[in-house]
Amino acid sequence: MTSPLLTVNGLNSFYGRAHILADVDLQVGAGEVVALMGRNGAGKSTTFRSIMGLVEQRRGALSFGGADISTAEPFEIARLGLGYVPEDRRIFTELTVMENLEVGRQPARAGSPTWTPERLFDLFPNLAEMRDRPGGRMSGGEQQMLTIARTLMGNPRMILLDEPSEGLAPRIVEMMANAIVALKSQGLTVMLCEQNLHFAALVSDRAYVIEKGRIRYQGTMAALQADDEVRRAYLTM
Amino acid sequence: MGFYVTQFMSGLAQAATLFLVASGLSIIFGVTRIVNFAHGSFYMLGAYMAYTVSDVVGGFAGFWGGIVAAALAAGVIGVVMEMVLLRRLYRSPELFQLLATFGVVLVIQDLALTIWGPEDLLGPRAPGLEGRVRILGQAFPQYDVFLIVLGPVVLALLLLLFKWTRWGTLVRAATQDREMTGALGVNERRLFTSVLFVGCALAGLGGALQVPREAVNLQMDVSMVVEAFVVVVVGGMGSLMGAFLAALLIGQLQAFGILIFPQITLVLVFLVMAVVLVVRPYGLLGKPPAAARGAAHAPEAPLRPAGLPAKLFGVAVLAVLLLLPVVAGQYALVVLTETLVLVLFAASLHFMMGPGGMVSFGHAAYFGLGAYAAGLLTKHMDGGMLAGLVTAPVLGGLGALLFGWFCVRLSGVYLAMLTLAFAQIVWSVAFQWTAVTGGDNGILGVWPAPWASAKWVYYYLTLAVVTGAVLMLRRAIFAPFGYAMRAGRDSPLRSEAIGMDVRRLQWLAFTAAGAMAGLAGGLYAYAKGSVFPTFLSVPASVDALVMVLMGGVQTIAGPLVGAAVFHGLETEVVRYTDFWRLILGGIIILLVLAFPKGIAGAADAWFGSGRSAEGRA
Repeated sequence: MTSPLLTVNGLNSFYGRAHILADVDLQVGAGEVVALMGRNGAGKSTTFRSIMGLVEQRRGALSFGGADISTAEPFEIARLGLGYVPEDRRIFTELTVMENLEVGRQPARAGSPTWTPERLFDLFPNLAEMRDRPGGRMSGGEQQMLTIARTLMGNPRMILLDEPSEGLAPRIVEMMANAIVALKSQGLTVMLCEQNLHFAALVSDRAYVIEKGRIRYQGTMAALQADDEVRRAYLTM
Repeated sequence: MGFYVTQFMSGLAQAATLFLVASGLSIIFGVTRIVNFAHGSFYMLGAYMAYTVSDVVGGFAGFWGGIVAAALAAGVIGVVMEMVLLRRLYRSPELFQLLATFGVVLVIQDLALTIWGPEDLLGPRAPGLEGRVRILGQAFPQYDVFLIVLGPVVLALLLLLFKWTRWGTLVRAATQDREMTGALGVNERRLFTSVLFVGCALAGLGGALQVPREAVNLQMDVSMVVEAFVVVVVGGMGSLMGAFLAALLIGQLQAFGILIFPQITLVLVFLVMAVVLVVRPYGLLGKPPAAARGAAHAPEAPLRPAGLPAKLFGVAVLAVLLLLPVVAGQYALVVLTETLVLVLFAASLHFMMGPGGMVSFGHAAYFGLGAYAAGLLTKHMDGGMLAGLVTAPVLGGLGALLFGWFCVRLSGVYLAMLTLAFAQIVWSVAFQWTAVTGGDNGILGVWPAPWASAKWVYYYLTLAVVTGAVLMLRRAIFAPFGYAMRAGRDSPLRSEAIGMDVRRLQWLAFTAAGAMAGLAGGLYAYAKGSVFPTFLSVPASVDALVMVLMGGVQTIAGPLVGAAVFHGLETEVVRYTDFWRLILGGIIILLVLAFPKGIAGAADAWFGSGRSAEGRA
């Protein structure tokens, strides 16, 4: 790993008086696909939301592409090239597919792929057939594609993908995995959080394991798959 | 025939103005979730500014240029309000911004008074459109024809703006999910600022266009903001098309109401709104509010029973209140008595707003019903004070029982507007049923029983009743009933799933709040010795709202502190200056900025954090 694109040091987050994340350290290098693994409620989504500046009470040193983002606003972080794909998709249901993509559109960025709706329709052909359909009248899988496509419209250098396989039919999960591999091959850095080890293993180079708001393990994906003890302790039900 | 046609057409012209103002209000609410109480003030400013430009520059350029300049200036003032004030409050408790905009209303009123003076200002006719056209033998102003055309043109432009521009797309996205829009790289702040510009410019435009039609005056703001709210709510929040239809409807009601039902013109609009909301709870073209995401409100912290220090503090306050008559003069006793009554009034509103989650814009209705119970009993039946004080909560409660049945079927701003509609209906009955209520002259001679007629005795009586009532409300909040109320407020679906009848609970809470407000009204009537329709007017409801919001909605001590501070300030400021609105509005704005969680909320955070940290350790 060369100099990391995203560095998180000593991240602590709170909801009200509840301490959710404790001293989380993470690093993601340019071009890597890294999985953040953990059970329901372990702190995966909060980690992503904290990195994006969406958690009001957070402390720690965060930097992205050399810029300090510890106190930056979500929109500033997004404009630095860090895209966020939320777990519950959060499609604008009243807006059409094309309008959803328009909301995500940002200027082209040197050093990261430039996306247009047409290029995204190559990646997610299903969307091409429903350009004018309101987001509220799409299936879960279609919404999942749209939410990723919408974030890519910002021409990010890296995306945070929150549980991309959750609640999707196996065929769609496979399409997602292919899409992530395709994105990686274009030079996009990806961090995804997952409960599904099989899915994560298909796409990821490295993994972190989080439990009760603390990072318990980090290593290559292959090492995690081989480590029965860690898997039993932090991942399987 | 011709007469009816021209009447219809002036209804259409009025509708155009209404639509302009209401569409601005709707856009602002949609994106920022701010109930902009100051919207009418921008309308008024637009009218004054257009008048001045037209007056100074004169002629064709002065008039039409003045309209454009006034609209732009209103937009810029809206931007200033957003950047200086509202921007700091997006993370405050809901409706706190409403309090801030109320402060703006007061400030603008006094500024307008200072700049333009108290007299009505008659503007010029519109150059180029001074004439009249003849329609079926009736003369009809050309300018009104222009307005009739302008309404649909502005509607079309707005629809195009929202559908086909990037700005419009972003605004619609932010209306649905602010947080996600920000996470996609959209600068929400700038978007909000621009939305305030457009919304306030529309209000200013509406006011400026009104100059040739009516005299510019200082009462334009409140009357228009209420009407604009009615239009937005009847049309359906967030629907421009709905606002347009509703504006047409309301415009016609105003044009023909005065011909057909002159006795009830004052309430006709509110009656129609009540009917529309009962039949279509989200307005003509509105949709049920899809829970707007990312509104950035933390879940309400659970209410905690008072700890020992808080109890001791309460006892100390009570002790001071008990000892005060020893040192306080007559005037101070009167002010203190009124303050105590308002404490109960605010506490009753807080009961339904805080734990109940139902915001009322018309709580004065029940306060007024209580006051009129006392007044009518005295006037028509020679009833004594005790009978009056017993009847007051009963009548307030009955009123709330009746209106509440309809109101609890709605939620949020719709519920609030329906309470306002009912309050206006009650007000107009009191105002217009002169034979029984005395109309505007009110009912005089509502004095306490002889044994309680000394100021200090009545003070103690009030103190005892208010303390008892407030403690009862407090007890209810911590009883199973109170827990159920809060559960129903926070997760209505889950509460129903475990077998709670949320609507019935809300109905009960509404009724209890009405009864307590009625009791406060009864006490107030005997304290004042008279009852007037102003007791149940919109400003009285707004006062109650301000007291609760000032104190902090989600703290139990909030309404007590808020009522004391607000009434104290009002009384003192009015005594010392003619610019009491400016000072009071300024103080409200400063308080909001200094304590974005309310005064008692701030104190709670101050003392509470230490306590709960111990609790966790």
